[in-house]
Amino acid sequence: MSKEIKFNEETLALVDKLINRYPAGKQKSALIPVLHIAQAEFNGWLSSETMDYVASLLKIKPIEVYEVASFYSMFNLKPVGKCLIEVCRTSSCWARGSEDVVRYLEKKLGIKEGETTKDGMFTIKTVECLGSCGGAPMLQVGAAFHENLTLEKVDAIVENYKSIGKQRSYTDLDYKNTI
Amino acid sequence: MGKKILLEHINVPGINTLEVYRQKGGYASVEKALKTMAPDAIVEEVKKSGLRGRGGAGFPTGMKWSFLAKPEGVERYLVVNADESEPGTFKDRYLMERIPHILIEGMITASFALGAKTSCIYIRGEYFYVSRILEAAIAEAYAAGWLGKNILGTNFSHDIFVQVGAGAYICGEETALLESLEGKRGNPRIKPPFPAVAGLYGCPTVVNNVETIASVPYIVMNGGDEYAKIGIGRSTGTKLISASGHINKPGVYEIEMGITVEDFIYSDEYCGGIINGRKLKAVVAGGSSVPILPADLILKTEKGEARLMSYESLSDGGFASGTMLGSGGFMVYDETTSIVKNLYTFARFYHHESCGQCSPCREGTGWMEKILHRIVEGHGKPGDVDLLWDIQRKIEGNTICPLGDAAAWPVASAIRHFRKEFEEYINHPERIKDVKHYYSVHQLASV
Ligand SMILES: Cc1cc2nc3c(=O)[nH]c(=O)nc-3n(C[C@H](O)[C@H](O)[C@H](O)COP(=O)(O)O)c2cc1C
Ligand code: SF4
Ligand code: FES
Repeated sequence: MSKEIKFNEETLALVDKLINRYPAGKQKSALIPVLHIAQAEFNGWLSSETMDYVASLLKIKPIEVYEVASFYSMFNLKPVGKCLIEVCRTSSCWARGSEDVVRYLEKKLGIKEGETTKDGMFTIKTVECLGSCGGAPMLQVGAAFHENLTLEKVDAIVENYKSIGKQRSYTDLDYKNTI
Repeated sequence: MGKKILLEHINVPGINTLEVYRQKGGYASVEKALKTMAPDAIVEEVKKSGLRGRGGAGFPTGMKWSFLAKPEGVERYLVVNADESEPGTFKDRYLMERIPHILIEGMITASFALGAKTSCIYIRGEYFYVSRILEAAIAEAYAAGWLGKNILGTNFSHDIFVQVGAGAYICGEETALLESLEGKRGNPRIKPPFPAVAGLYGCPTVVNNVETIASVPYIVMNGGDEYAKIGIGRSTGTKLISASGHINKPGVYEIEMGITVEDFIYSDEYCGGIINGRKLKAVVAGGSSVPILPADLILKTEKGEARLMSYESLSDGGFASGTMLGSGGFMVYDETTSIVKNLYTFARFYHHESCGQCSPCREGTGWMEKILHRIVEGHGKPGDVDLLWDIQRKIEGNTICPLGDAAAWPVASAIRHFRKEFEEYINHPERIKDVKHYYSVHQLASV
């Protein structure tokens, strides 16, 4: 956790590219994309240091970053496990057993929804419709959608992420949408 | 097989690439529009087509385009709404993931018609991986000269970028979307001014749904009149339906408007009937915001006519006995489903997603969730149903944006058509204690 809050050259170039796609003076439009990058690079959550850093990059006030970060559900304002398991709980997923998925995960990982395992590997969160209702019940981990869940599939998903062992982010390129 | 416009080539291997998409006639509308048509002529064709916005409200697209203000020297924008967060809706994701170029082609042609130099796809953050697919397709289009400066040697230049959101249903509402695109919280703006006059960065802006824009190439290539021949009455063209719930074949289907609801649910071409041969109990036909209808009313109108998959037929009977086509999020519930518990998931959703600007929506959605929670848990009180009814009525029509109405309608319709079930929960909590309200994963695995 002692990593200094600062993007490397490559990421800074990306941030510049993002800013340049908006008209001059409208660099604040880059805020949400940059927060996604920051969350992915700095341990999967947005600390106030991280948000202040983003504010300085975009030349806006820190409060402008806080008010946005706190509005959107994908930004974590507290530390989460390396692998945030987001289970959809809305109608179509509920009707096909999402509550069973949550209960099974809770038992398997020995934590309640909203909690993180002691080893910092997994957090369980329930979320609203992820636009995958045809694959209900489903869950998301980082960029990956896991659909048509069965308890066996949930086992395989958890094992898989445990063996990979690294932090998962929405910005991952090595996502895999089926297990 | 009904007419397919959007998904005709969906199963062609490699259709996500520019090369294969071109082989199937892709980007021809850009060529036709830029080289042979005046921008206003395109708007005329879209008007003639009768195309209505596919994001949920069904507003005529050609008319929306003709409202766009065109002050000298001011930028105009086209913003594609790919926020797709209405529960039950997943068609835009399917389209963008499988055949991204149809959207990009539609955006270039539409932007030429509107005189927009820049357009943007605002996509919900959870679809991050889809944004990568779109970006790869956009890069291909730049490399092949379909985007960038002086496209096809004409005076028209165009740039497209993809903007990801970060988890907020309200950012699907067009003015909240624009706020979000400007790097702010997704609080809907008070209208007027409408985006057509003051949208992104205060400039005239058209916001259209993914499916709406993806329909434009066909209209430009074949003419508005040809498009209007597809479908039924004022419901012209085809519609993508996201089908989910207790059906044998969940998925995205392109239907010609006017097929019967019964055919859609039971035929093997579409949903393939109810899981395990069970009975149909209810349907939410157009995404979570539209009224739920019991089996008899979704299959037949109050007058006893077959209900059709069209704007008009689905809303036949008004809210007393009808519903709406909405976004085409078609959720099917079998006889084992608890309408009360299902409604609770919707109420929880709207409470979670209210932006909090208007008190009736912020407070009302919270109260509805709370009351439904206690009913579901077996602690409902006499009078709770009337209380719910009262709250939803006080939200409807009293808020800045339509999310308030969207939260009220599911509650109103569930009570209207399934009041007895609510009363059973309240009066006989012991009967519901050990009832499974849904198919468990184990049951599903053995279906
Ligand atoms: C709460 C709320 C959420 C909405 N979500 C979406 C959405 O996810 N996608 C969409 O296209 N339209 C959505 N809309 C409708 C948009 O405000 C807008 O009408 C639409 O994007 C216009 O495009 P169209 O005319 O092509 O349908 C939503 C509206 C409201 C009130
Ligand atoms: S109706 Fe609800 S979501 Fe819409 S502006 Fe008001 S508080 Fe926000
Ligand atoms: S209800 Fe779960 S993805 Fe839509």
